[in-house]
Order: sequence, then structure tokens, then C-alpha cells
Amino acid sequence: MSTIKFTNAHVIDPVAGTVSQRDLYVADGHIVDTVANPDEIVDCGGKYLAPGIVDIGVKVAEPGERHKESYKSAGAAAAAGGVTTIVTRPDTNPPIDTPEALEFIRRRAADAVGVNVLHMAALTKGRLGQEMTEIGFLQDAGAVAFTDGDNVISNTKILSRALTYAKSLDALCMLHPQEPILSAGAAVTSGKFASLRGLPAVSPMAERMGIDRDIAMIEMTGAKVHFDQITTARALPALERAKANGLDVTAGTSIHHLTLNEFDFADYRSFFKVKPPLRSEDDRLATIQAVASGLIDIISSMHTPQDEESKRLPFEEAAAGAVALETLLPAALRLVHGNYLDLPALFRALSLNPATRMGLPCGRVDLGAPADLIVFDADIPFVLDRKSLRSKSKNTPFDGQRMQGKVLSTYVAGRKVFAQ
Amino acid sequence: MSFTQRHLLGIEPLRPDAITEILDVAENYVALNRQLTKHSNALAGLTQINMFFENSTRTQASFELAGKRLGADVMNMAMQASSIKKGETLIDTALTLNAMHPDLLVVRHPHSGAVDLLAQKVNCAVLNAGDGKHEHPTQALLDALTIRRAKGRLHRLNIAICGDIAHSRVARSNLILLGKMENRVRLVGPPTLMPSQISELGVEVYHDMRQGLQDVDVVMMLRLQRERMDGGFIPSEREYYHRYGLDAEKLSYAKPDAIVMHPGPMNRGVEIDGDIADDINRSVIQEQVEMGVAVRMAAMDLLARNMRNAQSGAQLGGQA
Repeated sequence: MSTIKFTNAHVIDPVAGTVSQRDLYVADGHIVDTVANPDEIVDCGGKYLAPGIVDIGVKVAEPGERHKESYKSAGAAAAAGGVTTIVTRPDTNPPIDTPEALEFIRRRAADAVGVNVLHMAALTKGRLGQEMTEIGFLQDAGAVAFTDGDNVISNTKILSRALTYAKSLDALCMLHPQEPILSAGAAVTSGKFASLRGLPAVSPMAERMGIDRDIAMIEMTGAKVHFDQITTARALPALERAKANGLDVTAGTSIHHLTLNEFDFADYRSFFKVKPPLRSEDDRLATIQAVASGLIDIISSMHTPQDEESKRLPFEEAAAGAVALETLLPAALRLVHGNYLDLPALFRALSLNPATRMGLPCGRVDLGAPADLIVFDADIPFVLDRKSLRSKSKNTPFDGQRMQGKVLSTYVAGRKVFAQ
Repeated sequence: MSFTQRHLLGIEPLRPDAITEILDVAENYVALNRQLTKHSNALAGLTQINMFFENSTRTQASFELAGKRLGADVMNMAMQASSIKKGETLIDTALTLNAMHPDLLVVRHPHSGAVDLLAQKVNCAVLNAGDGKHEHPTQALLDALTIRRAKGRLHRLNIAICGDIAHSRVARSNLILLGKMENRVRLVGPPTLMPSQISELGVEVYHDMRQGLQDVDVVMMLRLQRERMDGGFIPSEREYYHRYGLDAEKLSYAKPDAIVMHPGPMNRGVEIDGDIADDINRSVIQEQVEMGVAVRMAAMDLLARNMRNAQSGAQLGGQA
């Protein structure tokens, strides 16, 4: 294997919480102390060198809807976006709820040339919330976590059994904190703007109800749980208490809830329809604050490809979700440019924490860690053209928006998988 | 010209002088409609298509009559029975119709924002005949014309809109219009039928009907939209009628010359007492229907003028 010296770089170290101008050496796909005669010298031109992003909760539409996103297109989008590891969601059609289905997508994932791909499996069969999946077999087949995605398991008996069983295997479960009946049919968050637009809306309180119930379940079962998206201020005290009480919980949020708010759908622009719906500005700021303080551990893209036909519908009928693999970093840099977060804190949430939660050695620039690295310019401005995205689906809410920051090159295990 | 829009999608984008202009033009059509010969050629040569994705008798008839009296070729399409059932999307339906070169599309759709979406995809004028729980602009305009004729003005009035506000596009368009024209708007109804945070839109909210009707000039009743209820908004129809149905006793709290309005169709004995609805001294419900045709004629006339202006402007530009 070749050796590389990255020089003239500002290295972002999320473990130490520092940005320092230094060289970084790679040998045999790992970060090493030093290399005498490197095969390749990469001059980073004074730009940033950071651990690659670990994105939990990416939807690749295989099987079932390969025209929306294949492993090949998702891999290309990830590499271009500085995402070196994607952890896929099982909410495909059919869902990934058997070891056989998991083996199929593991074969398909070989198409995602370059980037690391890991998979989550469903927690209940068919994601229907009625019977638990073969958690043990799925774990043996490589599932790194278990989730029904945004289908909330409303039957608490089933959920408690699934969590208890998962606990015995030390399996991580990912839950979607939401009261499912209150939020059924909602397209937006309730408020005066939603009232004026006449759209079915849900109170932000539905998230707090969901997290309160789920935390009680975690207390009861001792399960290891990650909340996929916390997006409201009112859910945060419950999360804080759960962590203070020593429960094995972590929480994530989506990049869209950190950078957009409830007014952005304006005249019914369905690219702004996501699940849960975009929140008030107060909630957005509280969520950013929670990321800065470390209460929310992880920022994910919640990449959800939808084709034109699913989005070119009246807002209520349009499918939810947005693609975000390529826009995750420039959108997240808005938080840095706005002085809400510093770069090490951002990469704790994008790289270190998700890797740690998934039990992966990547996401850091420590000696011995895999050389999953990105070189990026944090300031370069551009106007996003959705047609330029590598994802097969182009449903981004950032179309036409001014953004700052671009990935210049991406390395996975010391191999260059993307360069501008 | 104050009304310069290409479409009439809602009251929200209209300036007060544009609203006044539509009402002024409508006055002429009120006079025309009362003559034995009711024809004008304002829309001569133009094609009007009424696309109703939701049941309607009154609004559709009103738009059809308005178009015919102005000399347009009018076609009605009952969309529920047609291609939507075959899986065609709204956009494809719109593009198909667009290819037939209509000049005016009158659209009603059960989803909020659907008419806006459709208007982006066609190159004719689009009139919103009601979209979901969003807007119903011609209803608000006809209500405004009725109020202006009955009260002699359309400003500084106390107006109570009563009943199922949450599910009502009529209420939304009306509260926007009446607010723009500088009236005091009150919303009266049970809290389960109020949209959330609606009081932040410059209206007063009352849950007690007697307090809500105190000294108002106009009582605007809404239909209790039973078909829209997905369950349990009110305990029962009879309790609703007892607390929020308009009867003589509750009406006595309003000003002695207060008028009573209802967009129809009425549920007698649910939201309004039959005797009040028929009281020719108080009820202007029949007049609302009459104003509806005139306002729709005015709106289509003005849209057609804007269309012709745009076309002659383009031709002049081409010559230069």
C-alpha cells in the first residue's frame, strides 16, 4: 500500500477539539505518526483536512426504487459531499427485515465505489410494529443498528420486547420520537403560517410526547438507543434528564432542521416537506444550541431521494424527504459561518460521534484510525444548482441558494475517491 | 388599473385598491344581471374551462353563468369522474388542458396550494374557486360586495365570522380581505374549530358567541363542514347548535341593523336557525348568491383585460 503525506493543511481534530497547522501521514490506509519517504505528497493549499463524515440514516432506494437512488449514485454523491461512511436506512420497498434482504443489499452496495457502506435493519417485520425481526441473524449478517425509520412502533408491548431482546445482543436501536396518532397526516408544524396556508399541521409537542414515552421504555428495558431526529426545544429537557440519569441514549438531528424553518415552504414548495416537518425559528435555534453543547450528539443528512413525480403534487400529497449527501457539509458550514459552532464541534457531530456510536474506528484523525479524510475549503461561495447533484433524485431545498464551502478531495482508507 | 394580476389565486396577494376595483366593476354587472338582456361581450372569443376536483353545485353554476353572460365558451369538467381516477397527476391534467388553449381556468381542488401549483404549469389565467383549507377568493369578494352594498362602506365595521373556522377557506379569505380593508374581525367558535395561533393574524378570538356578537355590524356564519371532520371536533350537533347556532336570542347581542350572511349551503338547525336565514330584514344570503355571479364576471373581465394588455404589450415590444 502506498504512503501519503498531507502537508500545508489545517487539521481538524474533533477528539482534541483543535484546528492546527500540521502534516498528517498515511500508511496502509491508516493514519500514522510519520513516513520517511512518502509515495505521494498532497499539498492541501492551506485548506482544512478533516475526518470524513459518517452519515447515519441515508436512504438508498434499493431495493424497490432504484430510479430514485442506487448504491452507485449514492456512493458518488457521498464521495463528492465528503461523506466517507454511509449507514443506510431499512425503509426500502420491501424493507430490509430479513438476513436474505440484507445480504442482497450488501452485494448491491459494492456499487458504491469507494465509500464505506454499512446497513441498518428493521426492528419489526415489514416495519409494521407487530413482530420483531430476527435481530440476532440480522446482526450476524452485518446490521449495525435496528430501526423502523419514521414508522413509530405504537404498540408498547411489542416495542418493549424488541428493545429487551436487542439489549441482550447489545444491539443499537434507532427510534423516531413522535406521537404517531397526533402527527398522522400532518404536512407542516402548527402555527400561524400553517394556519394561513391551510395545511394539516402537528403541534411540536408530538415530538416531546414521543421522546417521553421512548425514554420510559429505555429506562424499563435498559436498551441502547439513538434518537434519529430531535428538532424541538420542548424535547430537549427530557433528553437531558435521560442522559443525566445514565441511560444509554444518544440523539441526532437533521441538517435541514438546523438550517431551515417553518416559513421556508412559502408558497407550497414541496422540496421543503420533510419528516418531521420544519420547525419554528425558536426551535431551530434551540436545536443548534443543543448541538453546540453536545446534548445532541449527531448531525445527519437524513438523505431521502424522491423523484419529480413524488414531489410535483399538492403539498399535502407530496412525498416527504430531501436529498442531502452533497449539501450536508456546505449547509452545516452555515452554522460555523454564523458563529454557532466551531469546526471541531461540527466534526464531532458529523464524524466522531456517529462513528463512536456505531462502534467504528473512523471519524477521527488519531494515530491508527482509518485514513478516511476530506480536504475542503470552508469559504468558497457557490449557488447550488440541483441539476448538478450526483444523486439520481434532485429534491434539495437548497436549490438556487447561496452556499459556502466545498469538498476538494475525499480519501477512504488512504485511497482518493473524489477530487474537484 | 389596480388589479394587474395574471391569476386570481387568493386575496393575500391583492392590494386594497385592487379589491375596490374588482368590486366597482362588479357593481356594473349587478346592474346588467338585473336586466332582461344580460349579455356582454367582455369574454367574447375566449374559452373558459371549469375544473372542479371537488363537488360543487353553487360555485360551479355561478362561474358558468358568469362566463356565459360575458360571451365566453364555457366547458365544465367534473374531474372526480375523469382521469384523476385513472392515476393521472394534477400536473399532467393541467398540461393536457393547457394544450387545448383555454384562456381562463377555474379550478377547485381539495388540497391547499394545488391551484397555485397548477397555475405555475399553464399559460392561461387561473381563478381559484377554492383550494383545500387555503383560500376561496371570489367568495370573499362577493361577501365584501354584499357588505358594501348593505352597509354603504367596507371599512371600520365590526364583523364576526362564526363557526368552523379551522376547516374553512371562506374564513381565511374573508379575514384577510376584511383586515386589508381595515375592519375589525372577530372569530367566534369552539377552540377545536379554531386554527392554531390564528389570533396572531390580527383578529380577536371568542369562544362565547354572545360576547363575540356584541355590537357587531355583520354576522357571517360558516357551514359546519361535516364531510371534513375526521372525528370528534364537537360533542354533538345539538350542543353545537345550542352554543354556536345563530338564533334570534344570540343575534340580539349584535347591532339592531346587523346583517346575517352565510356562504351556503346551509345546515338549518345546526349552525343557523331557519327563521333567521329567511328573515328578509336581516338575512342577505340570497343577495350573496346574486353578488357571486357579478363578482365572478368582474374578476374574469379584469383578468381578460390584463391578458389582452399583456398580449398587445408583447406585440408592441415585438414591433419595436
